[in-house]
Amino acid sequence: MAQIRIPTPLRMYTADKATIDVDGNTVGEALASLVAQHPDLRTHLFNNDELRSFVNIFIDDEDIRFLQGLDTEIDANDSLRIIPSIAGGLMLSQSELEN
Amino acid sequence: MRSVRLASAMQRNIFDQMECSYPNEGGGFLLGHINSGAAVIEDNIQVENVFALEEQHHRYAMRPQDWMRLEDEAEARGLSLVGYYHSHPDSPAIPSEYDREHALPNFVYVITSVTMGRAVEMRVWNLRADRGAFDQLTLEVT
Repeated sequence: MAQIRIPTPLRMYTADKATIDVDGNTVGEALASLVAQHPDLRTHLFNNDELRSFVNIFIDDEDIRFLQGLDTEIDANDSLRIIPSIAGGLMLSQSELEN
Repeated sequence: MRSVRLASAMQRNIFDQMECSYPNEGGGFLLGHINSGAAVIEDNIQVENVFALEEQHHRYAMRPQDWMRLEDEAEARGLSLVGYYHSHPDSPAIPSEYDREHALPNFVYVITSVTMGRAVEMRVWNLRADRGAFDQLTLEVT
């Protein structure tokens, strides 16, 4: 089975487990398997059915956005890793919103 | 999570970093422990702002590779990646909608307000599990 490594803050939804075994032949299927096992993860990983923009999935050192995204094929020996893109900032001013 | 504790020397170090980043936003990761609703910060590590330079006065972003590296480093040191800090230049230390959209629960968000180049206030926040809002936490500077 492939494995997915969970980022530290989200381990509260996996009973503190750092890695979860998942089924599936693609990254999307692996994530579906993960969320089926730990449903409270879903809202933090997905916005409707889309992966949240700040959620990155890596296979080894490769971001799946530079592969085939959620359709990227995986095998049982693959180790996936969920990595948030931390970002922050101010509220936009009215002029910036209008631009 | 209810409170965050860090040493006064660490707070000064974060203030110095955020003042050096002014008028742009700066930031970094927090390593430590979370026990019984209290986060204890043991180390802070500054990380480069990789947002487009012309947007850095109101935006901060880290490379995902920095998260990967520092999560591994924290665990190798017997610590955890417990939070992140960034600055709000000439703006209050209150999370924005942009902050909320890019946040995770069970993670400490330290925001420093930097006004006219001087760090004037630090507040700490935690995203609710339903992602609807941040709650302000008690900051204990020891």
